[in-house]
Amino acid sequence: MSALLEVADLRVTIGSTAAVRGASLTVNKGETHCLVGESGCGKSITALSVMGLLPRGAVRETTALRFAGEEIGRYGERQMERLRGDRMAMIFQEPMTSLNPAYTVGSQMTEVLRRHRGTPRAQAVDRAAELLARVGITAPGLRLGQYPHQLSGGLRQRVMIAMALMCDPELLIADEPTTALDVTVQAQILRLLAGLQKDLGLGILLITHDLGVVARVADRVSVMYAGEVVESAPTAALFAAPEHPYTRGLLTCVPVPGKVKRDEPLGSIPGVVPRIQPGFAGCGFRDRCAQANAACAGTIPRREAAAGHEVLCTLPPGWGGAAAA
Amino acid sequence: MLRFFLRRFAVAVLVALTVLTLAFLLTRVSGDLAVSIAGPNATQADVEAIREAYGLNRPLYVQYFDWLGRAVQGDFGQSYFFRDRVANLIAARMPVTVTLGLVGLAIALVVSLPLGILAAVREGTWIDRLVGLVAMIGQAMPSFWLGLVLMIVFGLQLGWVPISGVETWDGYILPGIVLAFSAIPSLTRLTRSGMIEALASDYIRTARAKGLTRLSILVKHGFRNAAIPVVSIAAVQLGFMLGGSIVIETVFALHGVGFLAWESISKNDFPVVQAVVLVLALIYIALTLFADLLNAVLDPRLRTA
Repeated sequence: MSALLEVADLRVTIGSTAAVRGASLTVNKGETHCLVGESGCGKSITALSVMGLLPRGAVRETTALRFAGEEIGRYGERQMERLRGDRMAMIFQEPMTSLNPAYTVGSQMTEVLRRHRGTPRAQAVDRAAELLARVGITAPGLRLGQYPHQLSGGLRQRVMIAMALMCDPELLIADEPTTALDVTVQAQILRLLAGLQKDLGLGILLITHDLGVVARVADRVSVMYAGEVVESAPTAALFAAPEHPYTRGLLTCVPVPGKVKRDEPLGSIPGVVPRIQPGFAGCGFRDRCAQANAACAGTIPRREAAAGHEVLCTLPPGWGGAAAA
Repeated sequence: MLRFFLRRFAVAVLVALTVLTLAFLLTRVSGDLAVSIAGPNATQADVEAIREAYGLNRPLYVQYFDWLGRAVQGDFGQSYFFRDRVANLIAARMPVTVTLGLVGLAIALVVSLPLGILAAVREGTWIDRLVGLVAMIGQAMPSFWLGLVLMIVFGLQLGWVPISGVETWDGYILPGIVLAFSAIPSLTRLTRSGMIEALASDYIRTARAKGLTRLSILVKHGFRNAAIPVVSIAAVQLGFMLGGSIVIETVFALHGVGFLAWESISKNDFPVVQAVVLVLALIYIALTLFADLLNAVLDPRLRTA
């Protein structure tokens, strides 16, 4: 598999906050890469950095930001405009407010194709109807003429997904696409994304804090904490043998059928994600970590626990005996 | 949509009726009409004759319905001073006032929409503050004073435009600018705040994620939503301009409805004053209704509700 998206040593500073501190990740063609972690750990900022959609005042630095082999880190706004919506697309956490209330679903969907391909209106409408059907919307012809306020949250998120697919993107970034939806709808949307990826060969970067979602759809998982990727591994390896204390902590917070005993309390991680100032050194998790020692304030080595399984921690591989999960 | 329209229309008719009633009552409580028509040198017999001739001796409600019946047919009676029908006078003067109002509104929109958008895009920078300052100065400037200054500079010293009258189209330029100045501050501020709100919204982020051009994001997705309140205020401002043109028409000697009102006030020609106030109020009501409908057209959430 070849790399579709390569992010190396991404740093984003917003005002006096180091939002992302040297995050690296790779999304291969046709792969779902999940980015997990608590709120405020830099997942969304990482995704927006890739799209070139950072808020005003945010400063981005990378040693490499490659998309389909091309270095896009130096791209200007015009060049990024041409990529966005065409070869890389993004869907967001807030389906209720992410569509423009003043335009019909059809108008907003066809706009993408008309912008990037100059497709005539009639053909673009056909394509929009086809994609609405593809994302499981019945009566696409009716929906195309409707306004966002006439649709439910689940339908709007399906429209967002269909809209993202208008130009057949190679990369789809989904920032917690199911968080705002009902549990039953969540499952439908995830199944939809998994199906689309299989059929269309998309690379998906899926941001979530729901490990249940990860276990079902991810090929590879990167765990982010305080702006760093603290652990990255193939999904099975991560769930079987988590290395970083934060990853282990996260996994004990999730009930796994058959593994968690009844009447036994779920785990939790005390404290909150700290706001990191620029110039901070050492492990960002050390204040909440039960295993913290003097070495954690120094430079933390990135080491390989197994093939393709990287951890950012001073502890030896397989520390504490059997894996926690 | 139809229900929305009918409801708004019913409200407009009610307001118009209220205005008509008030206009009638105000002339009756402002003193004995027969005495003021007869003038200061009239005898008691003259006053009684006038009372009889104008039907002022009838019960108030009879006079009211008689007057209302005529007014809704566009009959506002006879002018004492101009010796003509009031309706004819207003019809003859209306084109000048309406043209002036439309020119003023056009200038106001051409100036304030781009300024408001610019201030919003550059929010918090010196450009934003400069726009705010210009709006504040515009609001603080009395229109008669601005009119005179423009007249002196562009009319007398530079000689670019006529200083009075509208015999040629360029006579509308200076009064149009002065009139526009009264609307520019509020329209600019409203455009700015609407744009700031729109640009911070999630659908703008979506538009950017779709790779749309900056122009399309600003105008098609941003301004389209910010425009909804601006349209209402612009329509209301046009109403203000039509009414507020009394001062400007006087300064620039334009023979419009405002000038007519000024002339009739100074000549105690109360049927004309009454009719002018009434017509301007009705236009105002019509414009407000129009703004509501335009809003419904612009905002799908209203239209399909």
